Amino acid sequence: MLETENYWKHKINELAKLKKDSNNEDVKRWEKEVLEPWNEKTNNNEEYSTTSDIDVKTSYSKSDIQTNKDKSMPGEFPFTRGPYPNMYRGKKWTMRMFSGFGTPEDTNNRLKYLIKNGQTGLSIAFDMPTLYGYDADNDRSKGEVGKCGCNISSLKDMEILLKDIPLNQVSTSMTINAPASILTAMYASVASKNNIPLNELRGTVQTDILKEYIAQKEWAYPPKDHMRIVRDMMEYCTKEMPKWNYVSISGYHIREAGSNAAQELAFTLANGFTYLELGQKAGLKTEEFAPRLSFFFNCTMNFFEEIAKFRAARRIWATVLREKYGVEKGPALALRFHTQTSGASLTWQQPMNNIVRTAIEALAGVLGGTQSLHTNSFDEAWALPTEQAVKVALRTQQIIAEETGVIQSADPLGGSYYLEHLTNELEEKAYRYFEKIDSLGGVISAIEKGYLQKEIAETAYQSQLAIEKEKEVVVGVNKYTEEEEDKIEILKVDDEAQKIQVNRLKQLKKDRDNNKVKEALDNLRKAYENNDKNCMYETIKAVQAYATLQEIVDVGRDVFGEWKEPQIF
Amino acid sequence: MERTSNILNGNHKMSRKIRILVAKPGLDAHDRGVLVLCRAFRDAGMEVIYSGLLPTPEQVASIAIDEDVDAIALSLHNGAHLTAFPEVKKYLEEKGANEIAIIGGGIIPEEDKEELEKNGITGNFGPGTSMDTIIEHIKKVTKK
Repeated sequence: MLETENYWKHKINELAKLKKDSNNEDVKRWEKEVLEPWNEKTNNNEEYSTTSDIDVKTSYSKSDIQTNKDKSMPGEFPFTRGPYPNMYRGKKWTMRMFSGFGTPEDTNNRLKYLIKNGQTGLSIAFDMPTLYGYDADNDRSKGEVGKCGCNISSLKDMEILLKDIPLNQVSTSMTINAPASILTAMYASVASKNNIPLNELRGTVQTDILKEYIAQKEWAYPPKDHMRIVRDMMEYCTKEMPKWNYVSISGYHIREAGSNAAQELAFTLANGFTYLELGQKAGLKTEEFAPRLSFFFNCTMNFFEEIAKFRAARRIWATVLREKYGVEKGPALALRFHTQTSGASLTWQQPMNNIVRTAIEALAGVLGGTQSLHTNSFDEAWALPTEQAVKVALRTQQIIAEETGVIQSADPLGGSYYLEHLTNELEEKAYRYFEKIDSLGGVISAIEKGYLQKEIAETAYQSQLAIEKEKEVVVGVNKYTEEEEDKIEILKVDDEAQKIQVNRLKQLKKDRDNNKVKEALDNLRKAYENNDKNCMYETIKAVQAYATLQEIVDVGRDVFGEWKEPQIF
Repeated sequence: MERTSNILNGNHKMSRKIRILVAKPGLDAHDRGVLVLCRAFRDAGMEVIYSGLLPTPEQVASIAIDEDVDAIALSLHNGAHLTAFPEVKKYLEEKGANEIAIIGGGIIPEEDKEELEKNGITGNFGPGTSMDTIIEHIKKVTKK
């Protein structure tokens, strides 16, 4: 195993050397004798680049990839071409539509609707109060209950949310980060109540707190304290819930916050390495826990760069795990990921166009070999989606899967000169970022210094400028615009959910054994105060005593303090 | 509070740059837009104060008064604009800072715009609005 800093340098040099060796004679001739005269004739001198500033040439040839050392097939190290040898022939991706709004009853109905329409995995969105760990009756929750997702204030709500859903047959994804340990405890508690053994529970909880500090910014405590709770979840779930993916390392939000493809790739994988080190430091066996780390990427409009990003991610993960972390073999090496099409690419103007954008992005996700997919609905620049809009989005996936034939061959674009070139370029850019992040003292230190946040904000500003200056076209926004906007029907979530949730909490606080709640919260405090103790067990007890989400998070706020982000602007 | 009295004097604004507070008054950390706007406002010659994440409407009003701003640009993507934006206005009025202009933006459905306008919150720009449009609007509403 090489010293960290040396390892990244070594990789950068290795990749640079491959490039130098490439032989361009034939291409140079073509450029001079054929291309240049033609460019003159067609009056073409435009220069193009990808979102990550990779120059795009007029055409690519064998010479661009002849130094490729990676000759792997699908299902082979370093898994550039896919984690499984037969890919979608063996198993199609899971069609997993993210949903949630209003009360737990509302979301329970939507989940059942999606199952009825052929969805194969559940994915639950929570509202802002839940994401931040505030109860529905808190002042801060005013106007926000149920607006952006389902509100969960206690185990009672989780019981309603999961009513009549066979937890041993579905796989459930919960998009929750700061309070991930608490929501996992609630999910497990509902299963226990229904006599379903915890080791049968399949699903994913996002838990990726690092990307919260970097991009989505929904946190409760400072980074180190959150990471300790993640460590405890990793230990607990490895032992008790072995089919539960307890961290979904997310590039999605990093991209939505404005980064480019290379930044999404690099920052996400750097976070991945950080969780890996966390587990190793906690004494977990890498081959046991690392397969439970999965990834979640964005897929946006720059078609080929996105596909290349997925391929590069798999190659880098496998290579670094083997070379730097000593994982010789096993499923941990094969990076698996969920994809969501880009919300930021959707436009408010001419919303029906978003169906097309989503279809193109979804196709790139599939060609990139995703294991599960959420397709956004066309009305989501306006509001949470209506049922009709969700159905079109789900049908988009079904059309790709059933009508286009793209799933018949694994990594069908592998070997494309252009795509392979982009894969190599993104790989190199990622290694440069890893080196930079390490030079700042690692991911957490880079967060504390605001480096990652500033990098993203800079890219976001530059791409907005490009749109304003019409260097980048967004159809319906800065080109092909219309005076009159198309009218679409949008989903309105009223404040009824808030009333219902507040009343339910009132009732809950009357009905529960408040002494038991106090005792459970006291024990949780002691667990939080003792860094060597695993806090999951006391979290579960507090949840089962019907302590509310906020009561639990408040204990943490008290013990750990709150996080103030470094100045970004 | 010395600065507050400055506002009350009213005539200091002609000679200085537009001072603007940018804030998201709620549990909403979708800050890509506001960070871009902060840069754009600064590049347009304004003095920009960014509240940082997760202030309450009351805190936003206090910062605005302490910083003696001409305008507040509020953004929300979480559907709470009808509650949170008027609250900022309410706190400003309570503290006697009626003349600070409030400009809204974010994911605001057409039918909510009228309601916000009634509360004295102007602009209410949706996604895809050009930065120039927003900057022009701010210049207009801060001109006394």
